[in-house]
Amino acid sequence: MPFDISTLDTQPIWLSLKLASITTFILLLLVIPLAWKLSHSSARWKSLITAFSTLPLILPPSVLGFYMLLMLGVNGPIGKLTQELGLGTLAFSFPGLVIASVIYSFPFALQPIQNAFDSINKKTLEAAATLRASPLDRFFSLVMPIAKPGIITAAVLSFAHTIGEFGVILMIGGNIPGETKVLSVAIYDHVESLEYAQAHILSGGMVIFAFVVLFLLYFLNTASHKNQKAAR
Amino acid sequence: MKNLTEAKDLAATKNIAAAFNLVRNNFELDVDIEIPGCGVTALFGSSGSGKTTLLRCLAGLEKSTRGNLIIGDEVWQSDTDFMPPHKREIGYVFQDSNLFEHLNVNDNLRYGFNRIDKQQRRISIDQAVSLLGIESLLSAMPAQLSGGQKQRVAIARALLSSPNLLLMDEPLASLDLSSKAEILPYLDSINTALSIPMIYVSHSPDEVVRIADHMVLLEAGKVRAQGAVNELLTRTDLPLAHLNEASAVVSGKIKEHDQRYHLTYIHIADNDIATSIIGRDIGTEVRVRILARDVSIALQPESRSSISNVLPCTITELSATHDLAKVLVKLNLKNEQLLAHITAKSADTLGLKTGMSVYAQIKSVALMKS
Repeated sequence: MPFDISTLDTQPIWLSLKLASITTFILLLLVIPLAWKLSHSSARWKSLITAFSTLPLILPPSVLGFYMLLMLGVNGPIGKLTQELGLGTLAFSFPGLVIASVIYSFPFALQPIQNAFDSINKKTLEAAATLRASPLDRFFSLVMPIAKPGIITAAVLSFAHTIGEFGVILMIGGNIPGETKVLSVAIYDHVESLEYAQAHILSGGMVIFAFVVLFLLYFLNTASHKNQKAAR
Repeated sequence: MKNLTEAKDLAATKNIAAAFNLVRNNFELDVDIEIPGCGVTALFGSSGSGKTTLLRCLAGLEKSTRGNLIIGDEVWQSDTDFMPPHKREIGYVFQDSNLFEHLNVNDNLRYGFNRIDKQQRRISIDQAVSLLGIESLLSAMPAQLSGGQKQRVAIARALLSSPNLLLMDEPLASLDLSSKAEILPYLDSINTALSIPMIYVSHSPDEVVRIADHMVLLEAGKVRAQGAVNELLTRTDLPLAHLNEASAVVSGKIKEHDQRYHLTYIHIADNDIATSIIGRDIGTEVRVRILARDVSIALQPESRSSISNVLPCTITELSATHDLAKVLVKLNLKNEQLLAHITAKSADTLGLKTGMSVYAQIKSVALMKS
């Protein structure tokens, strides 16, 4: 049976891109202040928070999805709260997916930014303080520009990792077209229904996307290292 | 450098009173010092004596310090208040320059400059750049600069935040000899051109005698002595007078030049001291260093000697040194103090005693700054 490309449902692609963009944006807003706080915290606190936020890296997505379902569901603590606020439950909804994705991709945002902040020389900031820069001023005029490569890496990894998310989404979001049916779920759906042509197009697209993202990441990192070396 | 005299008057009134206590691991800094609000004060001591820590306390970089810091009539630290470093009108030069590696020289210079109100700027970028001779470096990245160049940029950067107090943490320590020689004249010119009081950390007696007017001697976190440089250099109870390069520094005015013999006469304490010709105008204030080992003592003004500088002095102290063959003689020359290292044998032969009038023969003097 010949396949007409115009009949391909592109909605999951847009949904995935929307989910990944919003997730990345929220992650950067959360992680940048947290990482900055952690880079000035005691080793014990730092290890505790880092270990906790790195859990999603190790746990099977199903475990993560299971607990989130319990939390966000009708009888879960967050579910009850959202119901009392008149928001309904977040399970099987797009906002629920965003929350799950933020947690799932958290370590991918935290690690690069944390590393970038940790490598900033404390003396650099002391010099800035003696040049009349307030703590906030130092953060925006020095910390952010110096940590820029780490922040870009964090953003790219979070975005790509959210696009590639499957298990957690299946657990918490299900398969509602336009709401929770993202790219990876759509591929699963096509395969289940033996629509291999559609599955091929979407899967091939994912492979190319993943490769291009990783290539750009490594290329940009190598290039910026070379620039730094050239300046030396 | 408009308002130069104004700045001078202002600076003169801003004496610094500091008392700090800081306990860390197996080190305790416990100091109470008074620093004049003009000229150069050296914080002098061996490594581990707490010089840098004291400087960091003055800058507000040591948060866990208890104590009081009063600059003129401003309270920077007390039991209840702690002014954060960015609110203190200081310039700080770090031992390892500490430039912003991701910014070029020009942007490094502008970092502090841009954060000062226009009306409060006392020095322009152009002035700082020419004062430190870094015109050709403006577009370079810090990583491309030599140690001496980096330090000159760091000094210019600190000056451009128009400080009322310049703090320098061994700015020459990480440099080789030629880079040191490259920077020292710039430090002199800052001192004379900008009249910003400067606190200068050093463990090198050579640097201190060259640059400082006032000195705080630190030992194991405590103040051993503080006062005018020559007073401390010539105090026989302090280690400085017992160094091999023990010396006195005295100030005077250039009186006349002798073109025939290429000599300059400097008028010091009612006497004229001859030195190799100095290319400065008559009347210029200069400071000379007289090494204790270059001073010998005679009972009569020796006329048949190659030494041309013979000064009448009174012996104020005789003390032993760690070299049993030598004694340290402290001499009073019209209220200026000099030191002489002579052999114990000569001291006995001449019958030297405290209160005796003698003649100091000075083999050579070195010009320090003018």
